[in-house]
Amino acid sequence: MSTTETTESGIGPVEGAGELSGYSPENPAPVIEPPRKRTTKTPKSTRGNFEMYGWLFMRLSGIVLVVLVIGHLLIQLVLDGGVSKIGFAFVAGRWASPFWQTWDLLMLWLAMLHGANGLRTIINDYAERPNTRLWLKGLLYTATVFTILLGTLVIFTFDPNIR
Amino acid sequence: MPAGTLYRGREGMWSWVAHRVTGVLIFFFLFVHVLDTALVRVSPEAYDTVVATYKTPLVALLEYGLVAAILFHALNGLRVIAVDFWAKGPRYQKQMLWTVVGVWLVLMIGALYPVLGHAVREVFGS
Ligand code: HEM
Repeated sequence: MSTTETTESGIGPVEGAGELSGYSPENPAPVIEPPRKRTTKTPKSTRGNFEMYGWLFMRLSGIVLVVLVIGHLLIQLVLDGGVSKIGFAFVAGRWASPFWQTWDLLMLWLAMLHGANGLRTIINDYAERPNTRLWLKGLLYTATVFTILLGTLVIFTFDPNIR
Repeated sequence: MPAGTLYRGREGMWSWVAHRVTGVLIFFFLFVHVLDTALVRVSPEAYDTVVATYKTPLVALLEYGLVAAILFHALNGLRVIAVDFWAKGPRYQKQMLWTVVGVWLVLMIGALYPVLGHAVREVFGS
């Protein structure tokens, strides 16, 4: 039986990689060096790893957002009468607690940064002219900074006795 | 498949399209949602007036659509993470997509009454 069929990797059996290929653990195939492999002679990259951190951030923030956003939907739309109960008094009741203030603050920042980074990717994908990209991203970053600052300000300065 | 395109069709491409569309929708809603919530700094009346529109039957239907978008994006996002970090993820991506769709359907049926119940009572009388 071919050894490739019981492999634990994510790649399925590879055609021609069985015993017929002539290679075995005793007679391994020659190692092929990846064409763009970094070696000690490769000059140091000047670009940094921004895109990799962005990619990682989408995944890490996504996991946290599952809890924050689905919890938020349950509280606001499902439990305790659903949307009908929401009003100034309900908001005042929840933001009296630092726990829910922190919850909402974290949700605001993570969702805005996650969404903005997602939209940045989409602009990069579809807007081809440099000027279009510049303007769309400028608009995106302006709206993002504005929304995050406004939301943060509202959570921190909320006053239940405003009137 | 037309020449010169990277699009491959089938489950992998369509789930990606749906993830992208829902992501954009959620972002635009979030922008509006932060603005309407900011009205609590204006006056209780201003806030309650705007929230009253969220309770109308038509907007309840939009809310149900928003819940649909968020639940799909969240569940499929977890699938994308599994494809990227779990060694067998790429092999099971299709099965995971159908699991996502199944869980999504169950949750959407569960959300019917809580999200739309009040709208149905209003339209058809309680
Ligand atoms: C609820 C939990 C969420 C999870 C698990 C999640 C997961 C993800 C993941 C893993 C990606 C990366 C996809 C890729 O690289 O191909 C992504 C992309 C994206 N997400 Fe989310 N996300 C969540 C919530 C949100 C929210 C609240 C927003 C909007 C504010 C949002 C907007 C976006 C956008 C616009 C993209 C880019 C789509 C693309 O490039 O095709 N997501 N999401």
